[in-house]
Amino acid sequence: MFTYYLRLALKSIKRNPILSALMITAIGLGIGASMTTVTVNYLMSANPIPHKSEQLFYVQLDSWSQFEPAREPNEPPDQITWTEATNLMQAKKAYRQSAMASTGGVIEPKGQDEKPFMASIRLAFADFFPMFDAPFLYGSGWPDSSDDNRDYVVVISKATNERVFGGENSVGRTIRIVGENFRVVGVLDDWLLVPRFYDVTTGAFDETEEVFMPFYMKQELELTNGGNTNCWKTPEGEGFTAFLQSECVNYQMWVELRNDNEKAQYMDFLNNYVNEQKTLGRFARPLNNRLSNVMQWMENQQVVADDAQIMMWVSFMFLLVCLLNTIGLLLAKFTGKAAEIGLRRAVGASKTDLFIQHLVETACIGVAGGILGLGLAYLGLEGIKSLYGEFVQNLVGLDLTMMVSAILLALISSILAGMYPTWRACNIAPASQLKSQ
Amino acid sequence: MSSNQWEIGPIFRALMRNKVGAILIAIQIAVTMTIVVNSIFIILERAQRIERDSGIDEINSFYLTTTGFGDGFDPKSTAFNDLELIRNTPGVLDAIQINAIPVSGGGWSMSFQTEPGEEKETQGAAIYMVDEHATEALDLEVIAGENFLPIDVRWRQPGLRDWPDNVLITKVLAESLFPDIPYQNVVGKTIYISQTEPMIVKGIVDKIQAPWVGWDDLEHTVLTPEITGFESNRYYIRAQAGQRDRIMPIIEEALASSNKQRIIRGMRTVQETRERSYRGDTAMIKILSTTMVILTIVTGLGIVGLASFSVNRRKKQIGTRRALGASQGSIVRYFMIENFLISTVGVILGAVLTVALNMLLVEMFSLNALDWYFVPAGMIVLWMVGQIAVFGPAKKAAKIPPALATRTV
Repeated sequence: MFTYYLRLALKSIKRNPILSALMITAIGLGIGASMTTVTVNYLMSANPIPHKSEQLFYVQLDSWSQFEPAREPNEPPDQITWTEATNLMQAKKAYRQSAMASTGGVIEPKGQDEKPFMASIRLAFADFFPMFDAPFLYGSGWPDSSDDNRDYVVVISKATNERVFGGENSVGRTIRIVGENFRVVGVLDDWLLVPRFYDVTTGAFDETEEVFMPFYMKQELELTNGGNTNCWKTPEGEGFTAFLQSECVNYQMWVELRNDNEKAQYMDFLNNYVNEQKTLGRFARPLNNRLSNVMQWMENQQVVADDAQIMMWVSFMFLLVCLLNTIGLLLAKFTGKAAEIGLRRAVGASKTDLFIQHLVETACIGVAGGILGLGLAYLGLEGIKSLYGEFVQNLVGLDLTMMVSAILLALISSILAGMYPTWRACNIAPASQLKSQ
Repeated sequence: MSSNQWEIGPIFRALMRNKVGAILIAIQIAVTMTIVVNSIFIILERAQRIERDSGIDEINSFYLTTTGFGDGFDPKSTAFNDLELIRNTPGVLDAIQINAIPVSGGGWSMSFQTEPGEEKETQGAAIYMVDEHATEALDLEVIAGENFLPIDVRWRQPGLRDWPDNVLITKVLAESLFPDIPYQNVVGKTIYISQTEPMIVKGIVDKIQAPWVGWDDLEHTVLTPEITGFESNRYYIRAQAGQRDRIMPIIEEALASSNKQRIIRGMRTVQETRERSYRGDTAMIKILSTTMVILTIVTGLGIVGLASFSVNRRKKQIGTRRALGASQGSIVRYFMIENFLISTVGVILGAVLTVALNMLLVEMFSLNALDWYFVPAGMIVLWMVGQIAVFGPAKKAAKIPPALATRTV
């Protein structure tokens, strides 16, 4: 029976080619626009580390000026000072913890033909790698002892390993960075984080760094400040040490806490720490410490761009117009078929039969629209790539989930759109249509 | 012409017999209008943002960064030698070392105040560290006071926290700091950085934007006379008209071969930087314009489709009317007025939805409120779209021969 309905549907679609094309195009455009914007929003708001996003917490301490908050209405600064970074790391009160900073430096490959190049560097502690599940191709992160010993060790990205060592296992070999010799202890595999949640201060969709280095190298080698530096008070005194000891924030801090109990304990620890600092004349503001898990932090930092959201809502309204359009056209089309429906009813087809038959017809239009929409979504994403440039590269891939949902969305919305016209068509009294014939 | 001849009554009654189709079109028109009007408003706002003048000679300028490495690298001599080399290259109008590039998105800002001490009113401003060549290189005009002299320019080492004694500020900043006096009189006044450190305003320049295009205080800028000795140096070069593309590779090559202990990176024209900084806005404009146009076409075609059907369905009635003496014009008018009635409902609903969506956007994304005249303008446009769309089918209806009335089918 189904194949018979399918044949009837195709016949009916072919009978009004322009009208059918109009409906398919309308659905296709609506689906295409919606899928394009939904994909971008979906990838922007993706959970980059789903299995432990609830256990990783970003630490904020309100060390700002007593006269104004770091951000209205009463937000603590989004980064911490060197003093807090080092104190919290020495306290080691969390299951895992890492203070971080970003910097950059020149790498000088050994070969004569390889030119020196500028690399992005992340300064972190040993816990960084297990905490964020960094994937290793060779070797591993450095041991805890290397942090305090200030060992000259690095973990390098796969791309850096390709460039400097031709992709060989370089663990144990020496690499020259910022004018110093470092020993490679690990090489990371491809590591794509969308968004790169561990540091979103300079943009949530930056790549993971090319080199990872123990945090205290910042002080040891007087490395430059990457990212944003914000100060509410000028450093007291001159030179690098004065800057490190200042109230300027340039460091991020993540902790891993396995359950609510650990979280509560860590919060207590933070509050005690700040109260202790208050006795030293710092932290003039009321207690305002925060622990945000990954998704809360992404929300706080507004990782999903406003423009992307606006576009998504506009495209949903666009889809609505396309569907209204389809309802109208189907209504007209089925009304035009009144005579035929009347005849079929008169010769014995039940209302249910006719209902299913017309639903099959709308579903066909829906599927065709969905496929067209998928193609248009692909074009749309290509368009977004060319409009926004390389920084959206990781935000414009169509995965299987999105493809299936595109077709499903098209199917469901077109069937919904077809409901009313179909119902109207089936309620035609056979006699009224036969009379004039 | 009396209202009788417009036949509004009969048209309206006929419409009420096929409400659903008419309602569908009205809603379509309403939603289309909502999107179109809000899109146009956003597009115009973005276009205005993009068109703001940065105050510098964007077309002829470019910049690059050099980063030194190795033990023998001397930042001070490098900076002086580089500047001399660049300024003496034929085709270069002037060049400076600078810590940040206007409109590029990265830079340094500080708070300034007119009285020293904590808890005073402050005004944020971007800082460009430059020397006396800045006015020529950045295409600035000193509209009051004087430009820097070579003796004003100091050498800034890493870790140095204090500031030079003399500064140039933009007219906008002068007016923000001293709202009660004309900007010319700000010359010679003392302003305070880091709450207590005094600086004297040596001159006022016409206009230069801060690096952050999304910043509210975009034209609040301070120029400080200093050459910096960091490992990374940025040079901003203004070429003579039309020479930019020719001298870019020449300068890069000359710098690279003059000192091997560094890498040269990030050479880019200011034009390209501007495009990058406003890429989001440009993209939004293009996406919204495309959406708007396609949407209007879809709605228009929907109206054509439905009108054609209603013409086909009423062939016999139309034939009858023609046979009874109705002119072709009155048939066309019938369909045009029918569409006009539907559109009217649509655009009234559309006006409400437009304002509602705008309020939502203001609430959720802190966009600006729509100017009132966008709403009537949108209504007129959508009315016209409806009239144009229905004209074809209406013409076709008018061509139906009166003889049709006499046939049975």
